[in-house]
Amino acid sequence: MKALRNYLDKIKPNFEEGGKYHALRSVFDGFETFLFVPNTTSKTGTHIHDAIDSKRIMSLVVIALIPALLFGMYNVGYQHYTHVGLEGSFIEMFVYGFLAVLPKIIVSYVVGLGIEFVVAQWKKEEIQEGFLVSGILIPMIVPVDCPLWMLAVATAFSVIFAKEVFGGTGMNIFNPALITRAFLFFAYPTKMSGDAVWVSGDSIFGLGKTVDGLTSATALGVASTATDATAYPPFSWDMVTGLIPGSIGETSVIAIAIGAVILLWSGVASWKTMLSVFVGGIVMGWIFNEFGPDTAMAKMPWYEHLCVGGFCFGAVFMATDPVTSSRTENGKFVYGFLIGAMAIIIRVLNPGYPEGMMLAILLMNIFAPLIDYIVVQNNISRREKRAMSNK
Amino acid sequence: MGKLFSAKNKEVFSTPLSLNNPVTVQVLGICSALAVTSKLEPAIVMGLSVTIITAFSNVVISLIRKTIPNRIRIIVQLVVVAALVTIVSELLKAFAYDVSVQLSVYVGLIITNCILMGRLEAFAMANGPWESCLDGIGNGLGYAKILVIVAFFRELLGSGTLLGFNILNYDAVKNIGYVNNGLMLMPPMALIIVACLIWYQRAKNKDLQEK
Repeated sequence: MKALRNYLDKIKPNFEEGGKYHALRSVFDGFETFLFVPNTTSKTGTHIHDAIDSKRIMSLVVIALIPALLFGMYNVGYQHYTHVGLEGSFIEMFVYGFLAVLPKIIVSYVVGLGIEFVVAQWKKEEIQEGFLVSGILIPMIVPVDCPLWMLAVATAFSVIFAKEVFGGTGMNIFNPALITRAFLFFAYPTKMSGDAVWVSGDSIFGLGKTVDGLTSATALGVASTATDATAYPPFSWDMVTGLIPGSIGETSVIAIAIGAVILLWSGVASWKTMLSVFVGGIVMGWIFNEFGPDTAMAKMPWYEHLCVGGFCFGAVFMATDPVTSSRTENGKFVYGFLIGAMAIIIRVLNPGYPEGMMLAILLMNIFAPLIDYIVVQNNISRREKRAMSNK
Repeated sequence: MGKLFSAKNKEVFSTPLSLNNPVTVQVLGICSALAVTSKLEPAIVMGLSVTIITAFSNVVISLIRKTIPNRIRIIVQLVVVAALVTIVSELLKAFAYDVSVQLSVYVGLIITNCILMGRLEAFAMANGPWESCLDGIGNGLGYAKILVIVAFFRELLGSGTLLGFNILNYDAVKNIGYVNNGLMLMPPMALIIVACLIWYQRAKNKDLQEK
């Protein structure tokens, strides 16, 4: 650590005003503050000193995402080997999935951080750290067959239009990773939904084998096209462990739960948001089970609704995003509950979108400031009343 | 003839094309700009229709501006615009039926286009017929220009065609994995393209930026 600090101090003058690498100032600054907590404090205004800053928060979220990512890699391999009918060892499957997912992670980071670096340099600001998390989230919420150039276009779109135009990290109204997914979903529906994209049909460096026209529907895909009210896929433990087709990181409830524990233990994510998303989903799922229309999606048991699709992933990693969610403590309950309820409503009532989590979270992102406003106003009028009655 | 194209008249004609563009600077007529720009052809027809209607209604209102009682001027303006819109709509149905089907209600809705009423109120009521005519054509073309730019990108990237001619839908292009962007055909993307045009214009002209 000491040696690294000394090395950074030695090369630092090169990047300051007039130094020979001045053009890369923001890059250097980004890496330096990523490695070491900066020792400067703000000169004016309120300054709250905390051991944890936003770069540290982002690192914690990335750590929390790692179990789901690793499992996602294994599942990509597992699905491929199962569907093409090959025998494969655990290592083979994992390496296959690793090689399938790695290019997506690289593309997402290179495009997103590239734009962030350019903007930081241009506006003479520090590099904003928000993309550290978005960059790992994006590859985890797309199907394995999503082409890399589409991912690059969508990432660029979301970093520019969902984040930078609003003023960068901390100012965005919508979750950038979900905007990336929404862009892909509406722009290239054939590569983002249906039953041909969830299992890779290519061989990578001799691993696996190439099969044309490989199709495999997700659990929600099966339920949304079912003609009979009982034809939803039966609940199985694979839905909990995650050995089902789906977007790369979203399938395993167990891996996501590990991430959730890390987030809650470190206090990065709010338990109120997370819990109320699940409560919203359970209540709405149960209402549809009892009184819903006679379709497979409505009759799918509420506990199955929570396990399939992106419900858990969205609840743990997307809804709790501190920037785009409600910030008032009571608002978090309302915000989370409505996300869970809306996700199930969209799944059941909108035949066009088998998965409603993305749209539910984006919708509630818009309403988060309104919820906060109402909570704050309520608080003001309640205290006003109390002050008046005490006179 | 020198007076007809005096510096002031040239300015009346040219500022709506750029520095005082009705769409990108005044942000008027956005609704139809989103609705008719998924293909280039209807966008061009729409732009021309609006140009013709603004020009003629400006001239007509300018000619009778001194006889219109102030209290009922909006009604008079609406009657003139409605008559012109009906004529253009019927002409389109007669000679360009396919396009008129694509434009559907948006031809009739030209009557509610803010650019028209704005120009009548702001310019034709206070200026002579020739200046009003130039102003109408200028504003109509300024509107048409933005529509065409937006439609160009939306049709090229959304459908892979331009004016119906195939540009990108070849097997060679498809084999390298290119897919048309379906989002381009939806209105949100038109709004984002208009936003980019506004962004570009403001970045170039410092005068347009708010302090």
